[in-house]
Amino acid sequence: MVEEMKLLISQGHLLDPATGRDGTCDILIEDGRISRIKKSLSVRKAQVLPARGLLVFPGLIDLHCHLREPGREDEETIESGAAAAVAGGFTTICCMPNTEPPLDNKVAIRFVKDRARQAACRVLPIGCLSVRREGTLLAPYGEMAAEGAVAFSDDGSCVMDSLLMRRALEYTLLHQRPVISHAEDFSLARNGVMNEGALSVKLGLPGIPRQAEEIMVARDVALSALTGGRLHLAHLTTQEAVEIVRAAKKRRLPVTAEVTVHHLTLTEEAVLGYNTQAKVSPPLRTRRDVEVLVKALKDGTIDCLVTDHAPHSDEEKETGFENAPSGMIGLETALPLAWRLTLKDVKPMEVIAAFTTRPAMVLGLPPVGIEEGQTADLVVFDPQKEWVYRREKVISRSKNSPFLGWTLKGRVVYTLVGGQIAYRSPD
Amino acid sequence: MVWQRKDLLGLEELSSGEINLILETARSFKEVSSRQVKKVPALRGRTVVNLFFEPSTRTKTSFELAAKRLSADVLSFEVSTSSVSKGETIVDTARNIEAMKVDCFIVRHSVSGAPWLIARSVKAAVINAGDGCHEHPTQALLDLFTVRERFGRLAGLCLAIIGDIRHSRVARSNIWGFSKMGARVVVCGPPPLIPAGVEQMGCEVTYQLNEALSQADIVYLLRLQKERQRENFLPSLQEYSRLFGLDDSRYEGIRKPFFLMHPGPMNRGVEIKSALAEQSNSLILEQVTNGIAVRMAVLYLTMSGRR
Repeated sequence: MVEEMKLLISQGHLLDPATGRDGTCDILIEDGRISRIKKSLSVRKAQVLPARGLLVFPGLIDLHCHLREPGREDEETIESGAAAAVAGGFTTICCMPNTEPPLDNKVAIRFVKDRARQAACRVLPIGCLSVRREGTLLAPYGEMAAEGAVAFSDDGSCVMDSLLMRRALEYTLLHQRPVISHAEDFSLARNGVMNEGALSVKLGLPGIPRQAEEIMVARDVALSALTGGRLHLAHLTTQEAVEIVRAAKKRRLPVTAEVTVHHLTLTEEAVLGYNTQAKVSPPLRTRRDVEVLVKALKDGTIDCLVTDHAPHSDEEKETGFENAPSGMIGLETALPLAWRLTLKDVKPMEVIAAFTTRPAMVLGLPPVGIEEGQTADLVVFDPQKEWVYRREKVISRSKNSPFLGWTLKGRVVYTLVGGQIAYRSPD
Repeated sequence: MVWQRKDLLGLEELSSGEINLILETARSFKEVSSRQVKKVPALRGRTVVNLFFEPSTRTKTSFELAAKRLSADVLSFEVSTSSVSKGETIVDTARNIEAMKVDCFIVRHSVSGAPWLIARSVKAAVINAGDGCHEHPTQALLDLFTVRERFGRLAGLCLAIIGDIRHSRVARSNIWGFSKMGARVVVCGPPPLIPAGVEQMGCEVTYQLNEALSQADIVYLLRLQKERQRENFLPSLQEYSRLFGLDDSRYEGIRKPFFLMHPGPMNRGVEIKSALAEQSNSLILEQVTNGIAVRMAVLYLTMSGRR
């Protein structure tokens, strides 16, 4: 047993949405926990992480990522995904159950928890909403919850059977975990591969109308009203969906919502030239939608930011736009891309909240703040540092990102998970 | 005007000057096909590969003859979908064939954008012979050529395209091509087959066939794929034929003189009553003839263009 190391984060600027702390401090970490926070501490025999001019905030939580294990370990594993996560400042990630086989039973959930033990960050599995994700039979929520499933979802596919969705929402009253809805009417979306509109017509690609999302968001909100069930809406992309959620919140329904970083960063124009890296589900929308989504995040209609990190191999992405799978990786780029919102009058504290306190609230977890006694899941972030996101630098096992070659501003310097340095920037 | 492009992928990206250059080049090649010895040495020693991921006889044959009349060597690959399901990507397929030192790929694929993917990954010229519902540039070029030959001009004419605009790459390329050359384009068909937003490409939309026919100098009928009925775009082929097909009474009701075109193959009895295709104002076979000259021009320009 190595002697437990003391760690001192020295003179970083704390930004903590849970406690409202906003100022320069020293943070001492002992036994994996924050032991002292003071303007200035003198500690002997501590490893010092100099953080002057840098920001320190709670480790980020990603409510929505795909880790591909079991089944497609060539694309990502729990271990490689977690390594990418800590490089992006995440200390907790929730993985979606659309693996092969899917996570639709207690053994599968236990498998993920076992694998996660060696991972660089905390990995919380989400269980399937229906057996084999087929959208017909209820999955065993109680058993999966007992093994550590934190939410239930058939993400990747819409639950088309309204009665099944009703039942799933009713069960949230028992297990107190949210149902996460991929709200996109399949009969309208069908074989669509991008936003429907003048651009899809021009490119000759089958479109997905925005109404596919609007219809299902409205249905799910109605079912939440019917059942009192805890609904979380995944990756909203349209103005209309935002308006429905705003109205639902006004009615005090137990409804929350998320938006991905890429839907706030890119528009449908990114697919020009048949760029399969920009093919995602749901599709990238218009500039107007991006503006509305940013505003909704700021006013709290949308609760949190997620990555929807979805690794795919080059081979799969090279099969042509219509055949290529949807999704892009995002764990390593989410924070610097989201930080761009601070130029659009979203405050840094709000960006951090959207990645920390708010996703914790969505899952019903206790707030994670920078306080004495708290587990030391922390990020040290340099908001000024510019770097180029290059393929060779990608930590995720898959390289499918439309942001390769972008100059990003803001870099994670350290990520601490349970007081241990889980990531240290190479530059 | 000098041709600068490695590839011909679509008409959207071409200027009217470039289209004009292709049409002028085609005009000088047209004469070759009327000789007894139908061959010029322009591309001798060059290798052209037909890479067809989707079955086609007419376009493939037309390209093959065009290449042969320029003295190029031609290979035709019918890449069955099975080799794709074996795991080979289209990029792999193209790179493999390029490794045999070929100069030009003629690509047809059922997926929109596939030729772009290939053009980005090979040094050889790539000519789009039809991609998904996106573009079919050589078809539109031969249509432009045929109309210009007949009228002596393109500017000021009105082209009415009738049928399944939504799924038609021929329609898209013709909308770009004719509007760039100063013609008006009106599209007409049942509402589910006219995608909202198409007017932003530079055409007008009407759902009334008579309205489209009354303005047209050229009536361009599209082939109606029978599977559209299964996909619930149409209640029935009979109804389509009644509402949007060209039959005797409609034909005779058109007061303005017009020419009839069709990209082939025709569904006789669906979009057109059989005998009408053989009327004296039908340009359908001329389109086929001109296809060779236009494709010779495109092959010649892309393979000898300055890069």
